[in-house]
Amino acid sequence: MKVYLIRRLLQSILVLFGVSLVVFLILHLTGDPTLLLLPPDATAEEIHRFREAMGFNDPVLVQYLRFFRGAVQGNFGDSLRHGEPAFALVVERLPATLELTAAALLVALCLALPAGIISAVRRNTPLDYVTTVIALLGQAMPTFWLGIMLILIFSVQFSLLPSSGRGDLEHLVLPAFTLGLFTTARITRLTRSGMLEVLGQDYIRTARAKGVSERPVIWKHALKNASIPIVTIVGIELGTLLGGAVITETIFAWPGVGRLSVQAIFNRDYPVVQAAVFVLASTFVVVNLIVDIAYTYLDPRIRLR
Amino acid sequence: MDHQEAAESLVLVRPRREAEREWLSFLTRLARRRTALFGLVVVVVVMLVALFAPWFSPFDPLEQEITQRLRAPGWQDASGRVHVLGTDHLGRDILARIIHGSRIALVVGFAAVAISGVLGMAIGLVSGYFGGRIDDLFMRLADIQLAFPFILLAIAVIGVLGPSLQNIIIVIGVSSWVVYARVVRGEVLSLREREFVQAAVALGSQDWRVLLRHVLPSAFTPWLVVATLDMARVIVVESALSFLGLGVQPPTPTWGGMLADGRVYLSTAWWLATFPGLAILVTVLGINLLGDGLRDTLDPRLKL
Repeated sequence: MKVYLIRRLLQSILVLFGVSLVVFLILHLTGDPTLLLLPPDATAEEIHRFREAMGFNDPVLVQYLRFFRGAVQGNFGDSLRHGEPAFALVVERLPATLELTAAALLVALCLALPAGIISAVRRNTPLDYVTTVIALLGQAMPTFWLGIMLILIFSVQFSLLPSSGRGDLEHLVLPAFTLGLFTTARITRLTRSGMLEVLGQDYIRTARAKGVSERPVIWKHALKNASIPIVTIVGIELGTLLGGAVITETIFAWPGVGRLSVQAIFNRDYPVVQAAVFVLASTFVVVNLIVDIAYTYLDPRIRLR
Repeated sequence: MDHQEAAESLVLVRPRREAEREWLSFLTRLARRRTALFGLVVVVVVMLVALFAPWFSPFDPLEQEITQRLRAPGWQDASGRVHVLGTDHLGRDILARIIHGSRIALVVGFAAVAISGVLGMAIGLVSGYFGGRIDDLFMRLADIQLAFPFILLAIAVIGVLGPSLQNIIIVIGVSSWVVYARVVRGEVLSLREREFVQAAVALGSQDWRVLLRHVLPSAFTPWLVVATLDMARVIVVESALSFLGLGVQPPTPTWGGMLADGRVYLSTAWWLATFPGLAILVTVLGINLLGDGLRDTLDPRLKL
């Protein structure tokens, strides 16, 4: 158990190293970061001085080590547009993104678990077909289109919900549903197939034969065992949600890291871009580590490995 | 014709017939699943539309007619020509733009899947077959790759390199190998222990020969399923990039770009944003259903 945890921790640190390397390389993709960071009308003199000041003449390895030391301390340089430290700008927006992601996950779980379970228990009934079709559509629907359609219906047509900004619960509804739909569809299908598999097992038949009534069989015996793959997918889906937040935030003008980074890319504000990618990727790594640790408690069989 | 010649021609003919029969039986099994058949039909139709876009298209997708802007679906212009899905903010026919937009979606889809598929297949083969350090290295790389919110990394890289068809294909292609590598690797791990592979090794075949002649054909089936399902994802990613303005640049019609245009006119002209999204939805749904059908027909054990 301890060995597993330590190995898992070291793995995460290694991944963070890799993340920092990729984030560093973003600026060096074109070969000369100076051209990206300075306005196009900079004079040769300015370029020369800037290059010296930033240390872009040093060997790339030295530059990377310097970048890494900064990144670990949360120092990505100042935003070219706002003049503030890029990392602070990103961290300031992080709660909004986490709020949206958590809300989307909550929506997904609240819709998907009952839908998947009912679909499995009432297999091949109209209810099952409807759920399956909705889940298939949900998996095929692009987030940004869904968001726009929801705005069209609930904000433009019926003026029921606000279409942009962050504030009270009302503002959260449309973005959370938009971001959560794909995950809802996925978890629904997974819950359905997981439940179907478990319900065919011998111990379920045994429980039924012993006279256990249907409700505890489904909610206790079956769901507990079907929940293991669901927990895994929740960890993976968090990555999808954090990525999807970039687009959802842009559509609903949600003041989170995703919208900030899209704006930063169009403003050519690369320190902010780097900080945003690094922070979101790190969040994902940390969350996955937590999910994995939680997992070992849920499924004792893993501890033995 | 003597006996020997007859025997030879028989031998030559038989395998082909058998292969044909196998194909036919595969197709009938696939077609028996109604959802898979639906998916197949959608995919074929979209591909035909993309290939013959100029023949299908009722208008020139770039032709602007500013006096006919934001016309509702079914609008008939002075010369009696009907804009079935209406016109956009520059008076361009929306149906024509959707038809031509399918080209970018499919080109990016096929090209990116080809890059990531070949890359992932190679990494999966090598990783699974040789194991050890190489395997460790690639699997850690996969972990790093998976740690990135993909779309954010893609927009960051394309933001730096500049949006172009080529850059979009390369960025999506290079960063999507992980699923392929994992599935192929898993397959190779079990294939490695099978008798026919062991026999080839025992007979002294070189590693690359064992991999290409014996392992690869068997690992192809799960790879194909992954490739089909990944194609749907790539099309969504391409339209997301176009939606954000980082896709193929205007005036070339893209589904995502049309959606972004339509978003501005949401309160006055709903059709601008609605129809391109439906095009994405139907295409992606078709590919997903085909992929599910392929998986269930070819390899029901595969969990994706």
